[in-house]
Amino acid sequence: MKGLPAHWRLLPQRYNLIGSYCKNCSGRFFPQRSICPDCRRTGSMEEFKFSGKGEIYSYTVIRAPPQGFDYQVPYVIAIVKMDEGPFITTQIVDCNPEDVEIGKRVETVFRKVIADGESGIIRYGYKFRLTD
Amino acid sequence: MSSRVGIIGVGMTKFGELWDRGYRDLIVDAGAMAIKDAGIEGDQIEGIYVGSMSPGLFAEQEHVSALVADYSGLRGIPASRVEAACASGGVALREAYLAIKSGEMDIVVAGGVEKMTDIPTGSAAVALMGAGDQELEAFKGVTFPSLYALMARRHMVEYGTTIEQISQVAVKSHNNASLNENAQYPFRVTLEQVMNSTLIADPLRILHCSGITDGAATVILASEEKAEELNNDPVWIRSSSLATDSIALHDRKSFSRMDAAILAARKAYKGAGIKPEDIDFAELHDCFSIAEILAIEAMGFCEFGEGGKITEDGETELNGRIPINTSGGLKGRGHPVGATGIAQAIEAVLQIRGDAGKRQVKGARTGLIQNVGGSGATCVVHILSGEKE
Repeated sequence: MKGLPAHWRLLPQRYNLIGSYCKNCSGRFFPQRSICPDCRRTGSMEEFKFSGKGEIYSYTVIRAPPQGFDYQVPYVIAIVKMDEGPFITTQIVDCNPEDVEIGKRVETVFRKVIADGESGIIRYGYKFRLTD
Repeated sequence: MSSRVGIIGVGMTKFGELWDRGYRDLIVDAGAMAIKDAGIEGDQIEGIYVGSMSPGLFAEQEHVSALVADYSGLRGIPASRVEAACASGGVALREAYLAIKSGEMDIVVAGGVEKMTDIPTGSAAVALMGAGDQELEAFKGVTFPSLYALMARRHMVEYGTTIEQISQVAVKSHNNASLNENAQYPFRVTLEQVMNSTLIADPLRILHCSGITDGAATVILASEEKAEELNNDPVWIRSSSLATDSIALHDRKSFSRMDAAILAARKAYKGAGIKPEDIDFAELHDCFSIAEILAIEAMGFCEFGEGGKITEDGETELNGRIPINTSGGLKGRGHPVGATGIAQAIEAVLQIRGDAGKRQVKGARTGLIQNVGGSGATCVVHILSGEKE
């Protein structure tokens, strides 16, 4: 998903962890959705900014990366349970892979994610780091 | 609702790195074999459904529905491509089944094909990641092995499943593949080899992962009336079910269970009017070894959390209580993604006909096939039987 508009329109979720709050059923979702997946109401979703805090729920260490991520190997991919409820898939950075364990507390950080080749745009977004 | 639907012919290419065969060669080869097996003429075919995940990225060719009809010598007939990631074949089978059920057609082809080795492995991995969530998973550097690794980790934590148990799935699949001449990897591997193979995404290693494969598979379906007219003794599709879940793994209710598979299985058993204990064998979607454990549990062959244990105890081996992936599965037979769901149906037909050779399950009459798209966002289940009801 390369190209400037594709990245630009996702900036709210990638830069600021903006999701949705359903006024009807109080569900919280990341990223934004226009239809509540739980109660299916439309028109009841409003913007919701997540705190960026949570804990590791599952994790793995990637040794065979996709194109563009080669220089980061090995890197940790985790599913984090955010304090507000939803889960999020993210890299865990600023640590040795061995330091990552289920249940450890994490917080969001703003980082470079991938560069589209030598002359393409650099795309930034959320990653998480350990706080324990 | 119309009549029962049966499979009257099957054909598949060898699975592997087939450098001398292109996309169109593969599906035409498999189709010709199936037509011959069914004992029909091409002009009796009324429609084609072809399952293909990503011919655009793997072979720089879209619009494969018309291409397949053209090169099969069937210009003019309706043809549709079906895409549901790695479940494309299984969903194509279902679409063909529904076309006959609707009463619109009497003889329909369901094919599956993928030509994956014309591009570098890294590019193939990117194409496969299209089955996940591009914005929320792929953008973070997530790979398909890593999604299944995240599930494996939860299964290990919640149920005490061991890496030895997960590895035993691959050992068993390779044992079966060694008896299948169409398999990509027709050789045995030891538990030690699996557990010491290269790490891909902890805890999964390369021998827990299916490979990059070229191949095609085709089945021909007919209504009961047409099968009788042709004097063909088909393998009956007793039920077909399809279920979906969130595209991103992290939005699921559980990561140690595959809810779409559970839902599809429940509907399939209800549709066929049978229970898990009535199934003689199953072809399950073991794209990664942990996926077979999740599938064994979702299909109801054991309690949740027991999938690793029954594998370790040999219950899923060829002569076990419930033989799983007698073909070698995705791991041993190979996984040309769009073709896999159809290849599963072919293995079930061979078993039920008693034509499975050295890997024949004694007394196999009823089998279940389960095909998964992505990390579990699509699951399609069919129950096939030699018995009409």
